[in-house]
Amino acid sequence: MFLKQIALAGGFALMSGTTIAACEITGDVSIVGNEFPAIHTVAGGAAQCTGGEVKSNLTADHQKINVAGMQGNPAEYSSAIIANSSLVALMNEDVVRPLDDLIAEHGQDIPKNQLITIDGKVMAVAFMANAQTLAYRKDVLEEIGVDVPATYEEMIAAAEKIRAAGISENPIGGAYKAGWNLAEEFVNMYYGHGGEFFAPGSAEVAINNEQGVAALNVMKELTTYMNPDYLTHDSNATSAEMEAGNVMLMNMWGSRMGVLMDDEGAEEQVYTNITVGGPLTVGGGSTPASTLWWDGWTVAKNISDEDAVATFLAMKNGTSPAILNDETMGQAVWMIDGYTPAPVNEGVFAAIAAKTQSYPMLPYMGLLHTALGDNLADFLQGKESAEQALSDTEAAYTAAAKEKGFL
Amino acid sequence: MKHKSFFWFVLPSALAMLLFIFLPIISVIIQSLHVDHEQVIRTVETCDLFGCKQSTTIDQEATAALREAKPLGQFAGVRTYLDRNHLAVDEVKSTWDGSKGWREFGSQMLNLPFYKAISFTLAFTFVVTPLVIILGFIIAVAVNSATRKIRGPLIFFSLLPMMITPLVGALILFWMVDARGVIGIALQHLAGNPELSVKASTPLMWIMLMVYGVWHSAPFAFIVYYAGLQTVSQDTLEAARVDGASRWLQIRHVVIPHLLPLTTFIALMQLMDNFRVFEPIVSFAASAHATSLSWAIFNDLGGETRQLSSAAATSVLTILGVAILLMPVLVRTWREFDRK
Repeated sequence: MFLKQIALAGGFALMSGTTIAACEITGDVSIVGNEFPAIHTVAGGAAQCTGGEVKSNLTADHQKINVAGMQGNPAEYSSAIIANSSLVALMNEDVVRPLDDLIAEHGQDIPKNQLITIDGKVMAVAFMANAQTLAYRKDVLEEIGVDVPATYEEMIAAAEKIRAAGISENPIGGAYKAGWNLAEEFVNMYYGHGGEFFAPGSAEVAINNEQGVAALNVMKELTTYMNPDYLTHDSNATSAEMEAGNVMLMNMWGSRMGVLMDDEGAEEQVYTNITVGGPLTVGGGSTPASTLWWDGWTVAKNISDEDAVATFLAMKNGTSPAILNDETMGQAVWMIDGYTPAPVNEGVFAAIAAKTQSYPMLPYMGLLHTALGDNLADFLQGKESAEQALSDTEAAYTAAAKEKGFL
Repeated sequence: MKHKSFFWFVLPSALAMLLFIFLPIISVIIQSLHVDHEQVIRTVETCDLFGCKQSTTIDQEATAALREAKPLGQFAGVRTYLDRNHLAVDEVKSTWDGSKGWREFGSQMLNLPFYKAISFTLAFTFVVTPLVIILGFIIAVAVNSATRKIRGPLIFFSLLPMMITPLVGALILFWMVDARGVIGIALQHLAGNPELSVKASTPLMWIMLMVYGVWHSAPFAFIVYYAGLQTVSQDTLEAARVDGASRWLQIRHVVIPHLLPLTTFIALMQLMDNFRVFEPIVSFAASAHATSLSWAIFNDLGGETRQLSSAAATSVLTILGVAILLMPVLVRTWREFDRK
């Protein structure tokens, strides 16, 4: 213990020593981003820079303010921390600047795989990865004598056995809350069936097909093993159900596995047995029914070159190997040199290894995601057919896409 | 009051209304008549941590000049109002021609987002408003007849639902009606059905939202009526009592007529408020069962791609809806004013 503390203190001293030496800026930095521990770490790392003001506004509502905050000239925010889906929203409004010149001058040491390039131009620098994979109760699967599911069909079979054995009435969990969460689950399942959302190279939606219907049918079958309130359950509520010992199997974000497996909020029997598995496949396909996500940072277009350089250097510092220590290591699947994965992160690595698709970075995907979130619940509640739900989604998307000038 | 002094008296508030109400509405109307410029989409290669793939992006340079010249976008007239996500004129017409009966027509209409939202909004408005008025009146009469000593605490407790932030109040109720919450379990016992879940059933969710609406707004009606009750002429009441009027007859023939103008006021406010029902739908995560016009606006603006024109069109339709709803009450008030 004592030794560990000394090592830790040494680590901190080393860290602060290197950052002070490394980060000297001559402009002001203003960061907007989501609010969770890993992002705080990044913003804190950026704030280590001296010579200019570094402030940050981290909030769960960041997507509602980042576009507006970067449209002005000069922009209120010089950097937005975003994910694959939200980078598109910024690019649609043309508020982020290509980073190639800054990288050539100041960022040669950023590993190439962290650079997000669109049409040959670097638009963002990624620092962490995320994906939804299986979380399961090891003890329960042993009790019913079933191997860890690798497909959704096996998951359903296991759930049937758990129910029959009287262990739990609703053993499957899922973030099926109507809206963004439900749409995300469909995106996963549709990819798992090998579907494509749009006609190639165009904004014409094409989901009312065999794969779409099959995806919805699997989702509906899963819901019969879920808490009847599933349409109101987001990731938080579903995680709580697992910690309460009601849910034995679920598809959950890698970034939330740490909360499930720590000793807070659950009995020992529960948290010691929650285990992370890989992503599931479905319908005999080989592509996992999941999507890969990354979080990264951008630099605003409408700021002075001086502030752009300062922002670039500060954000680079905030995502440099120096930010990694015992405390921050477990906060995310960092895509930073020097990161050593823990068991909670195995799912995301399994998802990457299994060639899971990344969430599509298409200018009109956000509109489809909204339309899916609004229209799929009717089918799951048995109010209409799968074809009808998909055709409603297509119609809602088409009307929205016309308004946004995509069609 | 002289015209001149009246003018100077209302000028500040008239200016404020012009600046903060009239101009924003004009800007929303203008926005709703425009849609984005046609986007030029290019197929490009996108590379991230997980590899490269074919993707598309907007060619910003292609339309830069056009956007510079017309920052509002292209003029579309009322196209946005008529599209499927709003009034859905074409869809309604084809449904009308194609459906065999009223029932089928109705269920097809509820599949269109605007009509789904308006059906709940109207049901909510017309159930909650009268209940709020009746309940508020009953509480006011009851509190007013309590002994002076306990009136203070009674008023405080009756006002609590209104003091609690709507989002928080709705969230409290949301957890109480959970299948494992206090009310949820009580309902399961009452119904003799352990599977019963308020959040999973559309009719129960509607009832829950309306119960919340009444719970939240009744204190408003109560406090207005309570203030009104203090001005009831004691002489008239005394005279009624001497004539042998029972308590009910006193209320029926003295109190209620006296409070009628207040009822008009409460009805106006409540119609407006309830037509804009929003917070409980978010707090109850009820969007799978019930949506409202305000929720539709929120949903348009909350996605990753903001749909400003769509939200603007829905806002204008909401304003029109409020105007139509208030018309009978306004016409009545105008006639009364005219008579004087």
